[in-house]
Amino acid sequence: MELFNGGNISLKDIPVLAEKEFREEVILRCREDARLMNFFGCAEDGGDVRLIVILGLSEESLLRVFATKIPAGSPRYQSLTRELPQAQLFEREIAEQWAVTPEGHPWLKPVRYHANYRGVPDLWKDVARQTIPGSYPFYAVGGEEVHEVGVGPVHAGIIEPGHFRFQCHGEEVLHLEIQLGYQHRGIEPLMGVGKDLKRGVLLSESIAGDTSIGHSTAYCEAIESLAGCAVPLRAQALRAVTLELERLANHVGDLGALGMDAGFLPTSAYFGRMRGDYLNLLLELTGNRFGKGLCRPGGVLFDMDTAMAEDFCRKLKRYKKEFEEVSDLFFTRPSVLARFEGIGILPLKTAKDLGVVGPVARASQSEQDVRIDYSSGIWQFYHVPISLAATGDVYARALVRRQEVMRSLEFLLKLLPSLPKGDIRAPLGPLKPERLAVSLVEGWRGEIMHVGMTDGQGALSRYKIKDPSFHNWFALTHAMRNQEISDFPLCNKSFNLSYCGHDL
Amino acid sequence: MDFILNKALPVLFHWGGVCLFAPFFLGVIARVKAFFSGKTGPSVFQLYFDLAKLFRKKCVYSGTATWIFRAAPAVILGVMLTLSLMVPFGRFKAPVQFSGDVLLAVYLLAVGRFFMILAALDTGSSFEGMGASREAFFSCLSELALFMNFIVLALLAKSISLSQMIGANIPMSWGGMEPVLLLVVVSFFIVLLAENCRIPIDDPETHLELTMIHEVMILDHSGVDLAFMLHAAAMKFFIFSGILVSIIIPVRTGNAVMDMAIFFGGMLGLAVLVGVVESTTARFRLNRVRLLLLISFALAFFGLIVTLWRA
Repeated sequence: MELFNGGNISLKDIPVLAEKEFREEVILRCREDARLMNFFGCAEDGGDVRLIVILGLSEESLLRVFATKIPAGSPRYQSLTRELPQAQLFEREIAEQWAVTPEGHPWLKPVRYHANYRGVPDLWKDVARQTIPGSYPFYAVGGEEVHEVGVGPVHAGIIEPGHFRFQCHGEEVLHLEIQLGYQHRGIEPLMGVGKDLKRGVLLSESIAGDTSIGHSTAYCEAIESLAGCAVPLRAQALRAVTLELERLANHVGDLGALGMDAGFLPTSAYFGRMRGDYLNLLLELTGNRFGKGLCRPGGVLFDMDTAMAEDFCRKLKRYKKEFEEVSDLFFTRPSVLARFEGIGILPLKTAKDLGVVGPVARASQSEQDVRIDYSSGIWQFYHVPISLAATGDVYARALVRRQEVMRSLEFLLKLLPSLPKGDIRAPLGPLKPERLAVSLVEGWRGEIMHVGMTDGQGALSRYKIKDPSFHNWFALTHAMRNQEISDFPLCNKSFNLSYCGHDL
Repeated sequence: MDFILNKALPVLFHWGGVCLFAPFFLGVIARVKAFFSGKTGPSVFQLYFDLAKLFRKKCVYSGTATWIFRAAPAVILGVMLTLSLMVPFGRFKAPVQFSGDVLLAVYLLAVGRFFMILAALDTGSSFEGMGASREAFFSCLSELALFMNFIVLALLAKSISLSQMIGANIPMSWGGMEPVLLLVVVSFFIVLLAENCRIPIDDPETHLELTMIHEVMILDHSGVDLAFMLHAAAMKFFIFSGILVSIIIPVRTGNAVMDMAIFFGGMLGLAVLVGVVESTTARFRLNRVRLLLLISFALAFFGLIVTLWRA
């Protein structure tokens, strides 16, 4: 069964394949041109588990959905990971959430250390009561001159918790293992509780603090689709404006952080200040520097009058000029380029194998951008060119950010003077029963996907969230192979992934 | 009484000057860097406030640390104080000078570093072990360059006493041996940046343990120990800049106040220059640092060849 971004289908229409066919279908499709966008479990009657897969067909802008049923009696299936590495984290997540064993999974370890949703014994004994990483034996490299460096979960900077275990030979990193899960709050089950949608949108704003707009937009689109609500175009345009402001703030901030880690202070301070400019625009429109409180199912809460749009345009023109000057300074310094070029290379093939998304993927010349591939809302009327780079190193990831900043600014300067007229909110009816809706948003880190499912009474029964970091963390491990350990902070910053977006 | 007047008083005077003025120049660097970043920055006296605060605090020791870790800060500070006695600062003659004191000076630096590395290893932290190994490797190279610089200066001055090499005999060399001295100045400037952990070799501002060299080795020090370490580091910078300024500006006007003003002007200018270098270059990749140090060595070596050839 296929649907568009923002579409919804009846649960009954989702084809349920036998396990073997399901497996073959996923692997075959992904070998052709599809990408594994989501793979998750949901509860069925009688304790069975339904595994739903969502494949992205970017050529046709379609999402293909199908499922298989895992009986409660024998909760196991044959793992896809050996044939399809991008499935590894999805399968570990399913194993943890539903206590279903993917047989033959090469690296079956807990993701977030919580009890499963079925209330049966966990695959790992007492996983929820252990301190991360529990009794898990990290990969270790043997040998006289090999040493191990553990960083975190408490870090020197003000960042989120995560544990990084390096196996090094001198300065060279042989292997990096990343352990997350410290930020697990159990957002998914909270989202799926009851009919009250007021809490859901607030929770969605807090999935990842720096992606409030991205996630709340995805949440609203999923709920609106389930309710069959047609959102006014003006509201969609305002969501796009704030989504791009969020992208601008974060990309500019990332460039500044890259400067800081390379020890190049001037641009780091300038970019840091300029990040504040974009956040202040969000503040002006929404009353919150991170855009919380703007997106609500049915539309947006704040409107922008002509004077404000003109003011934004004027300011953005100035910010654009400033950005051009500072990024010219940054990208022409030989000492800066020497730090960026050839560091942390993620080859295109690895990026595709691991299913990497967002600017990281585009820096490895993997062409994917939800705004183009699965355009919905205002994006159907405006075309933002895709920003690609070829080398897949830190430099490429910085360059993609720079291009995206310029293109977002150009897009805003085009959109703001001609905002569609009309209402900013439409009434939201009750959710339709027994349906599944998918919404995709290109957040600044990449593809955000929310999937909402309703039960027979029209209440949310399962809500699946996927932050782009979910795909990309594993790619950081690969980019660090045979690199110098002192280049890790720079490499990490060029990915700049979310811990809480991953840990949910 | 004579002993006190002729020996002890100059020593105390020298120490007083070094201890008092050393932190100021690091404050100047920080201020210059802040200026380039468009910030106001901390007061130039910030390090004094930090030291005053740390001297009032107690030390915390890790369970694995032995007496070496506790002794290291005192040894390092002692080394810097002893070393400072052999270095003339402008008009202030070195209270201790004898033929061959330059060798003692270099080896005193090595003793300080030795204890710094041991103390870092003593903590049992993998970060500090990494920092220690980097410090050991880079100091091998920077010591080589430092020695080569001193050899050239010794040949020029025909003396192996620091006071002669960078004091009395420099003005003579500037008339006739300018190319050699220019090479030495550039080479010594790189050594100064490396020995004092400045960008592009090390980044004193960073909070990222994995990239640090010097900073990571003092992560476990706290309270008075940390104050000792910071003060010793400031003195090291003061001593190195003092030597470099003495080479660059060997002016003796005859007027004591004027001479002091010129010397301090030179020190100030050097601190500003270091700040400018730090603001306009990014830090090198760790595996490129050795190239920079080898360049410093090569420059000094060319200086040596020219010296021998001219002589």
